[in-house]
Amino acid sequence: MAVPARGGIPARTILRGALIGAIAILALLPVLNQLPAESALRVSDFTVAVTGKWICYGVLALAIDLAWGYAGILSLGHGAFFALGGYAMGMHLMRLIGPRGVYGHPVLPDFMVFLGYRELPWYWLGFDHFPYAILMAMVVPGLLAFVVGLLSFRSRITGVYFSIITQAMTYALMLAFFRNDMGFGGNNGFTDFKELLGVPLNTQGARAGLFYAALALLAASLLLCRYVVGTKLGRVLVAVRDAENRVRFLGYSVTSFKLAVFVLSAVLAGLAGALYVPLVGIINPGEFAPGNSIEAVIWVAVGGRGTLVGAILGAFSVNALKTWLTSFAPDLWLFVLGGLFVAVTLLLPHGLMGLFRKVAK
Amino acid sequence: MSKPGLYLDGVSVVFDGFRALNNLSLVVDPGELRAIIGPNGAGKTTMMDVITGKTRPTAGTVRFGDRDLTRMDEARIANLGIGRKFQKPTVFDALTVFENLELALKAPRDPLSCLRWALGSAARQRINGVMEETGLAARAGDPAAILSHGQRQWLEIGMLLMQDPDLLLVDEPVAGMTDQETEHTAALLRRIAGTRSVVVVEHDLEFVRALGGKVTVLHEGTLLSEGSIDTVQNDPRVIEVYLGR
Repeated sequence: MAVPARGGIPARTILRGALIGAIAILALLPVLNQLPAESALRVSDFTVAVTGKWICYGVLALAIDLAWGYAGILSLGHGAFFALGGYAMGMHLMRLIGPRGVYGHPVLPDFMVFLGYRELPWYWLGFDHFPYAILMAMVVPGLLAFVVGLLSFRSRITGVYFSIITQAMTYALMLAFFRNDMGFGGNNGFTDFKELLGVPLNTQGARAGLFYAALALLAASLLLCRYVVGTKLGRVLVAVRDAENRVRFLGYSVTSFKLAVFVLSAVLAGLAGALYVPLVGIINPGEFAPGNSIEAVIWVAVGGRGTLVGAILGAFSVNALKTWLTSFAPDLWLFVLGGLFVAVTLLLPHGLMGLFRKVAK
Repeated sequence: MSKPGLYLDGVSVVFDGFRALNNLSLVVDPGELRAIIGPNGAGKTTMMDVITGKTRPTAGTVRFGDRDLTRMDEARIANLGIGRKFQKPTVFDALTVFENLELALKAPRDPLSCLRWALGSAARQRINGVMEETGLAARAGDPAAILSHGQRQWLEIGMLLMQDPDLLLVDEPVAGMTDQETEHTAALLRRIAGTRSVVVVEHDLEFVRALGGKVTVLHEGTLLSEGSIDTVQNDPRVIEVYLGR
């Protein structure tokens, strides 16, 4: 439901308090990371790194919820937008390695030297500039979403057919990026990054900076999405979700509304990917795997679609479960994930947020 | 008259060999109130679909003033000033009554304008006026999902009014309404006609009589009879296919 819980002023207050509290705790993590090792409150490097990763996933979940929860566009290919944003940042990080690579080439990344490249391919030009890389992390996913969206929405491809197209899109990109002659490092992708914005990546300061950048992106994305769904544009999207044809007879071009929200969603996913890569230190074609996109949709379903905050909550809780479970029974994870999806669909159609609202009442 | 009229000329629609409309020609003058009756399967709803761009005619032309509607999509036709109320009332369940009317309100329809849209006092007054007119003022903040069938009908009629169209196509507006509400609807439609054209598809002959306009009888996708309600009720062909049964 797009409408906030009815008559639930206390519930909303609790929710707002919980949200601010959660952000405050998150913001404290890098500080607690600075404490001496013997302190009881010290947070490990691992915790900071993993939480930073989840924050990026939270942005991705938010992007999916904006398209799926509000406009009813179920994309099973958002992992592709995330990965493309990640590759854009990865290209920047590769350029920054400079002559410090194994082969010591002043310009070419190691894999290009290894593959016998004489010069940088044209599409690598400009990536030595940080603003250009960030711009590409938004433009490339946005452009792909525009093309796929335009072709699909104009032909009135909706529902599961659209979902299948997006799965095919991410799968095709995965196959393409696996190829060495694409110029993106093949199956190894990019790794062994040295620095970003002049700061060496293996320092506590760099990790904290990236963590706060991701947190700022999450907060800004949440505010942006909340703003969008609160406008008449957001209400048209809800109308499109519930009765697409009726919207047309009111004179709205459904195609342009779907396209607008799908592109915005892809851009947010791209930015999330761009911050994810320096946090985890690697990007490879595995990020395009169709399963990744499906997993991200499950986060949103678990948190509660069409609630925005729920999407973030879902991303955090499912990934917390994953981190905990895969530490002792990694083989079980896919079964648990599948079971979780079925259970949420059957028992909690409005996800954790629905459960919360029920309890609050 | 500056307002456009509606012209259907030799319109046929064929679905898999079935002729839903068969060489139908019809003229609705600007400001006219026209009732369309006919047995089930006569092509009434298909005719509405052709006018609003939902279905492309196999043959024939549909014009609104000097604009050819057969080449336009639903949204463009709606923006030319043709509003439609569906047989099964279709409103946006997750939105409130007020928000449903706000979406229908005549205003720029592109995403950017909707993003920047601010509800002014004039718009608010118009919405309040329509809620008074349709008896929904007390339900303004309720989601459409919890309205009764009759109230959904009113909400959809209200949305039609918000669009401020030059031509209203109204499919079975009084289904599920009480006698009193039916009378109120007839009065409302009579009042609207005159400044704009209204085409009403209806089964309820009492209601059609109350409308007081010209009546067109469709049968098997083609025009069977046309005239006042008394003329068509006494037409032997009409009695045979429709009224006599």
